[in-house]
Amino acid sequence: MWKSWLLRPEVHEAGAPILEVSHLAVRYNGRAALEDVSFRLDAGERLAVVGPNGAGKSTLFKVIAGVLAPTAGEVQIAGRCPGGHICIAYVPQRTQVDWSFPVTVAAAVMMGRYGRVGLLRRPTRQDWDYVRACLEVVGMAPLAGRQIGELSGGQQQRMFIARALAQEAELMLMDEPLTGLDVPAQEDIFRVLETLRARGVTVMVATHDLQLAAERFDRVMLLRQRLVGLGLPDEVFTRENLQQAYGGQLHLIQAENGWLALGDTCCTGESA
Amino acid sequence: MSAVWLLLTEPLQYAFMQRGLVAVVLVGVVCAVVGSFVVLRGMAFLGDALAHAILPGVAIGYLVNGGERGALFWWGLGAAVVTALGIGAIGKRTEVKADTAIGIIFAGMFALGIALISSVRSYAVDLSHFLFGDVLGVSVHDLWLTGMVGGSVLLVILALYKEFTVLSFDPVLAVTLRLPSTLLHYLLLVLVALAIVVSLQTVGVALMVAMLVTPAATAFLLTRRLSRMIALAALIGALSGVIGLYFSYYVSVASGAAIVLVCTLFFVLALLFAPQRGLVWRKKAVRAA
Repeated sequence: MWKSWLLRPEVHEAGAPILEVSHLAVRYNGRAALEDVSFRLDAGERLAVVGPNGAGKSTLFKVIAGVLAPTAGEVQIAGRCPGGHICIAYVPQRTQVDWSFPVTVAAAVMMGRYGRVGLLRRPTRQDWDYVRACLEVVGMAPLAGRQIGELSGGQQQRMFIARALAQEAELMLMDEPLTGLDVPAQEDIFRVLETLRARGVTVMVATHDLQLAAERFDRVMLLRQRLVGLGLPDEVFTRENLQQAYGGQLHLIQAENGWLALGDTCCTGESA
Repeated sequence: MSAVWLLLTEPLQYAFMQRGLVAVVLVGVVCAVVGSFVVLRGMAFLGDALAHAILPGVAIGYLVNGGERGALFWWGLGAAVVTALGIGAIGKRTEVKADTAIGIIFAGMFALGIALISSVRSYAVDLSHFLFGDVLGVSVHDLWLTGMVGGSVLLVILALYKEFTVLSFDPVLAVTLRLPSTLLHYLLLVLVALAIVVSLQTVGVALMVAMLVTPAATAFLLTRRLSRMIALAALIGALSGVIGLYFSYYVSVASGAAIVLVCTLFFVLALLFAPQRGLVWRKKAVRAA
């Protein structure tokens, strides 16, 4: 019963949207990774970020998380800049994690709480209880004592969501969480995302899967350095927009009720 | 039984052996604990470079003080810190890749050190002491210094254990938790530098990286918990030091080399026989399947 109040997000500046991005630009060695990106998200929303490799999805997430400084423009989290917030969780791509690291599932989730535990202090009994509750939310409590390398792909992903919960994140940025998972594992993730919505957590998910993006998210963002489109899937995934975002990488075939998109957009080699 | 006892106690009648044993235990523990984070963060090459790069510092200290050893510690430490910061800056500010930057600075500093030492007449002997250590020449004063500095290094790691763990496992998480990541990173480099400088006399710069990396890598193969890995690494580091020193006493080989060889032997044993992960286990599993 304490699970429900423990995981309730705290209040920020009243009336401000959870995320507001204005005229954001990022350049690496003169090359533009993001250009003039502006949008806002309301609390509890679930947004899919879609675009080809190198479209700037990871870059956008890192700037929002405050890991990367933008070249121009600004990000506001609940009315303030991201630097002071510990309520933003970045869920990394599974391929970028060292799964042989000697840590158990519970200890890895506990890392999310370190910002609240504070410097020079050790986690208390309550912190461990909190971690346990987070693992229960994602259905991973029985695996708490496992070494992280022993998990399946879907379990690894849910462990990171539990870590974001332990961080008491209100904005979760998930980089390709669905890539490489089979359908049942993807369904597990979507069930967890449903729970997050009920708690008012805002979620941004980078994905290559146009169909999942169209079917399972409130709004979709089409990105290719610039914001090609943002809104309901029907409005955004138009022929012109997809062509603009993907160019030759995507083949569009006219089908009975709309356009069928055949993607050549595998997930390897995403660098920005 | 009494023969074994005699074998173990006989070297202890010499004060230099007593001091040497205390030194290798201290150095083994400190290097292995710091080294655990070096291994987990994939900084082995950086550790090796830092060890070699202290040579010019040591050489200048040696020349300035006319062969007096007391001040070498500070000169070595200064060189290590300058190198650590220099590598960090070159890797960040320019388009030169980090490991290339390490390679350039490492070899350049090492060459400078050799050049400086070679300007002295008793060059061969002194150089070999710096390169390969001289554990039997450790003085009581050296032991105190090693104990104090090494103890402080361990205390800092104990105090910031959680933070160093996050930084090693997921640097991006460290940033989103608003931990002082850059500061922690450079602090870890300074701790590595301190561990290297206090170990200088025991194993020398050429073999230093083995003390940092090998016991930690061995422990990594034997456990799946970080706290146990660090404790085990410390144990292996200390034990390797003691066994190596006895070995060098009886077989009369260079002590630094003997210590590193024992470390390596432990690693090979773990590689072959570690439960579940060892090569022998894997072969068995294949046969059973």
